[in-house]
Amino acid sequence: MSSSRLEILNDGGLRHDARRPYELRSTSFSLGTHPTADGSSTVTQGLTSVSVTVFGPREPKQRAGVTHDRASIVVEVGVALWAGTGAQRRTRGDKRLMEVGAAIRQTFEPVIMTQLYPRSEIFINVQVISADGGILPSSINATTLALIDAGISLLDYVTSVSIGLHLTQPLLDLSAPEENDLPTLVVASLPGSGKITLAQMETRLHVDRFEEMLLLGVEAG
Amino acid sequence: MRDFITILNPVLPSQSHHSSALLCNRPTPRDKPQTAFTGPPWQLQRPPGRVVKAAPPDHHPQAHQGRSAPVADKVPQEDGEGKGPQLERYVRDDIACGFEECQLCADFPGFKPVLPKRGYTLHTKFAAKEGHWLVIDTNVVLHQMDLLSALPLALPIIIPSTTIRETRHRSLPLHNRLQQLVQDEERKVWVWWNEESRDTATFQEEREEGKEGPNDRNDRAIRKTLQYYSEHLLSSAARPPQLVLLTDDKRNRELAHADGMLAVSTRDYVDGLDPKEREKLVDLVVGGVDEIEPGERRGRRLYDEYLPMDVLTAGVKTGRLYQGHFNASQYNYLEGTVRVPSLDKPVLLVGRQAMNRSVDGDVVLFEVVDGLIRAEALKDDDVEDDEGTGVDDKEKQKLAEEKMDVEDETKRKPKDVQPTGRVVGVIKRNWRAYVCHLDRSSLSAAALTSLSQQTVFATPLSRTLPRIRLRTRQAPQLIDQKILVTIDSWSPNSKYPDGHFVRALGKVESKEAEQESLLLEYEVPYRPFGRAILDCLPKEGETWKVPPKSADSLEWRDREDLRDLIVCSIDPPNCQDIDDALHARPLPNGNIEAGVHIADVSHFVHPANPMDSEAASRGTTVYLVDKRIDMLPHLLGTSLCSLRPYVERLAFSVIWELTPDGEIVKERFVKSVISSNEAFTYEAAQVRKDNKSLNDPLTNSIRLLNSLAIKLKEGRMRAGALSLSSPELKIHLDSAESAEPIDVEQKELRETNSLVEEFMLLANISVARKIQEVFPATAVLRRHAAPPKTNFEALNDLLVKRKGLELDVSSNGALARSLDACVDPERPEFNTLVRIMATRCMLSAEYFCSGSVSKEAYGHYGLASPIYTHFTSPIRRYADVLAHRQLAAAINYTSLHPSLQSKAHVDRILNNVNKRNRLAQMAGRASVEFYVGLALKSRNGGKTRADAFVIRTFRNGLAVFVSSLGLEGLITFSKDTHTFDPENYSIAIPSPKGDVAVAVFDKVVVEITVEKDANTQRGKVKMVLVEPVSSVGL
Repeated sequence: MSSSRLEILNDGGLRHDARRPYELRSTSFSLGTHPTADGSSTVTQGLTSVSVTVFGPREPKQRAGVTHDRASIVVEVGVALWAGTGAQRRTRGDKRLMEVGAAIRQTFEPVIMTQLYPRSEIFINVQVISADGGILPSSINATTLALIDAGISLLDYVTSVSIGLHLTQPLLDLSAPEENDLPTLVVASLPGSGKITLAQMETRLHVDRFEEMLLLGVEAG
Repeated sequence: MRDFITILNPVLPSQSHHSSALLCNRPTPRDKPQTAFTGPPWQLQRPPGRVVKAAPPDHHPQAHQGRSAPVADKVPQEDGEGKGPQLERYVRDDIACGFEECQLCADFPGFKPVLPKRGYTLHTKFAAKEGHWLVIDTNVVLHQMDLLSALPLALPIIIPSTTIRETRHRSLPLHNRLQQLVQDEERKVWVWWNEESRDTATFQEEREEGKEGPNDRNDRAIRKTLQYYSEHLLSSAARPPQLVLLTDDKRNRELAHADGMLAVSTRDYVDGLDPKEREKLVDLVVGGVDEIEPGERRGRRLYDEYLPMDVLTAGVKTGRLYQGHFNASQYNYLEGTVRVPSLDKPVLLVGRQAMNRSVDGDVVLFEVVDGLIRAEALKDDDVEDDEGTGVDDKEKQKLAEEKMDVEDETKRKPKDVQPTGRVVGVIKRNWRAYVCHLDRSSLSAAALTSLSQQTVFATPLSRTLPRIRLRTRQAPQLIDQKILVTIDSWSPNSKYPDGHFVRALGKVESKEAEQESLLLEYEVPYRPFGRAILDCLPKEGETWKVPPKSADSLEWRDREDLRDLIVCSIDPPNCQDIDDALHARPLPNGNIEAGVHIADVSHFVHPANPMDSEAASRGTTVYLVDKRIDMLPHLLGTSLCSLRPYVERLAFSVIWELTPDGEIVKERFVKSVISSNEAFTYEAAQVRKDNKSLNDPLTNSIRLLNSLAIKLKEGRMRAGALSLSSPELKIHLDSAESAEPIDVEQKELRETNSLVEEFMLLANISVARKIQEVFPATAVLRRHAAPPKTNFEALNDLLVKRKGLELDVSSNGALARSLDACVDPERPEFNTLVRIMATRCMLSAEYFCSGSVSKEAYGHYGLASPIYTHFTSPIRRYADVLAHRQLAAAINYTSLHPSLQSKAHVDRILNNVNKRNRLAQMAGRASVEFYVGLALKSRNGGKTRADAFVIRTFRNGLAVFVSSLGLEGLITFSKDTHTFDPENYSIAIPSPKGDVAVAVFDKVVVEITVEKDANTQRGKVKMVLVEPVSSVGL
């Protein structure tokens, strides 16, 4: 079955994996999965599985990374070779991965109370163990849990979900085939305050639909 | 290390029922009915023999609606042969069964009480009191679609999603027809999502002899559906209907029988139906199990097998093979052409072997063969005896006669030789249902009375198609009927394609049958509007009125009140869908304010509702001589939107300030309310304008408009606009009831025609500029590309040799001037003839999306405008509706619907509209032709003499054009006594007084008769030369 032939939403209102539009995939969260890290978690959403380890706050490895009044956040993203992201192997320096890393850093910079940990570094390592769409939202969810696990002070926890749009119908938590075919929006929000720390989209979309999707994303988070 | 814990969705604290789900970390017993608010059942269902990569059981986080649907397990599905990414699939417990009495499924989303308690009972084999339901498999859909759509409405059918999915992969057109069937509210068709339901989800089984094939798996999935239903129904009905599996697969039936299910082949099922239904359906059954396998078919191979797909793709890649649409020739049934962009000339395919089973419209792959292959070898053995039919010699001769040797001209000079090719593969068949007649010659005398099944031939109406062989039991009834036949297959062993009968349209030459066959032949959607579409109309119906003006009224929001303007409409007589009205008044500064008011269709037709999609698929209103097939429901077209006089109507106005010389000073676009003062016909407006005694404001505004129109036209002509010509005829129908003809006359053009035209052009151009400016990527525009110079070569050669004239085709202005110079002082009609012939050399205008064409190519060649669109007839053209929406968004009246911002979407819609337009024009022309034929027949004994021009010469005949009837005809000479001079386009015809030369552009007199073709029952115009020399007996 080629993805061009995939029916995103069939007439029975079911998606290709038999979910309804607003249903998430089966999700499991586990904490403390990594014994040597200060905090760690594994989040599985469908066939996407992301493991995050957090080290710190600690002395920065590199002097350049020191900020005198707050902690700096360093994010590293790696994809396991068997993760199934298709033919291309993602190595550490890969631009896409750097972008995911940057998105995670930007999401958490305003949420982590960095001013409590001056001159230190919080190191977040994201490992994608298997990929089936929604790497970024899963990583953000996993990072939140790992940060909690590490006992780092947060303003609120962050939840994230991807939203796609098929014609006029928004879909939640996209799998890889859906992600290929649809305009995708990733929203990370703070459920406590209802604030949004990340809204990322790479395709063009109509403004009216955007609002609908954004609201839905916040609610889904 | 901490304990391994499972965290549940920490969010959405408001949704209290989640708390119960929090603890639900244990499997729910499977037999417990799943209702909407229990926790998710986590019982893993593993495909046997494979390790499932499954998440630990946990809560399923629920989003949004707060309705915890019982989503169940996920099952990773392998893609193909274990390579490629895994796909996840969930199985659900909330799939509705559609049974009207079902107590278990009634609350599930999407439940509709479709399947009745009492099944279908009118069947001899399945005559149980509680009746039966049918379950169909994929092959039935793929091969018996015509049968399915003809089955009785009361017969409940369950379609498993496996069938739908497989159909979608195999054939999109059939999938669309299946969708129509499912959506038809009068039918009792229910889709069971068997793959998605926990109870019927099916996995590929590992067997001893290896993996289960996908076909076996699908068959098993469908059988499982039957099994499930029979168990499921017992829970809510004591005596549920029987379930019958309809399949043509013998093995599938056997397996079903082994499991105690009922299964039947289509042929047996139809045979067992109530005699009345059976009669209707029996011919629709295609082949079925009794058919001889293709390999066993007797007879020798007539055509080459197509090459295997991989050879074909490799051939295309290396450039050895070419791909293109096959166009069969109108003149010669054994010849066709394919146009390929990489070759500058179309490639000729001559003869059956070279055409190798391609049918007009197919996408074929072919190789270019050097030299000309002539069709001599195959020409004479038209129908073989072993196919049970014989064509008498007379017919053969006639067919040969009909074949005009169009190649002759091209063979003349070596440099003109067209490349020839041979089809080696077919990429895509574009077969549809064709209107046919039974070929009388294919019926033996005994067959005329026999009711047994027999093989007959059907001759399609269109000359470009081969005859189709079909099996029928009702040959005697069908003989005088027009029938619809589809092609099913064409094996290399058979000279003709095999098809099956779809339905009868009616008696040949009856109005209804002719009309319907015309609509079918040109694919005009003519079904009445469905309920969903009519529901989109305003509830008030005919009584809808513009509400009184008030600040909070929706209709009046941002609308200008133009009710006081003196507005009138000018249209052809009996026009009901008035979409434009005009006004003009002098301004104090000496300029003139002129306005075009177009019916505000977009106020009623909202984007993406059923009415809009229907209009988009119809594309245009089709005008036939005696019928109009509307694009929008009658209520809108002729009442609510129509700018009738003396009532208030919503309009979209374009208002200009023009100098008296027709220069635009200012233009603005506004939604408005107008009240038309009068609806004129062209004639009435002309009379009113010319009546010097009248001096009222309305008359004056017409005069003002007229003076501006003259200026505008001058400006346009200066810019190089062409005035082209194509004969427009008017058909007089005697009366509505008899509709017996009739007379034909050419349409008269008045000054007021030009008045309306100029303002419509001006409005279209202004709107085009505006929407292109605001939406540079997706504006709906219309263009007319400049024709390539080579198109005029043939015509110019004719003109130079015959008349010593030449057309200058360097630009549209130059062409317009040289067309004006093409006059023959003795024969005023000559100029019109040249214009008609020049028009045929041009390309046709088309709609396009501004973003998909470079800006230089926007121009309209014929109108000499750099940009153009259609805005002025939204009632009858869909492109105008889109332009209205874009203009409304451009002036910030509404926001633009997202679909109109997607280039791909606009492109797709416009492609369809272009196609519909083309077909609608052809249908209109064919309808005129039919009536011209009737008129000719009724005129003095069926014989008409008329002046005609020779427009083309062939080796064995002439093509003439009768301008008074807009009719083109062929005159063939079967005896070889004439001499053909291809250099000078002339034929010397022997007569008692010596040879008389007839050449292109000569005026001749022809006698026109309509005769009935004995085989096809098709009325055919036949022409015979009368002057300067009689061709009778030649």
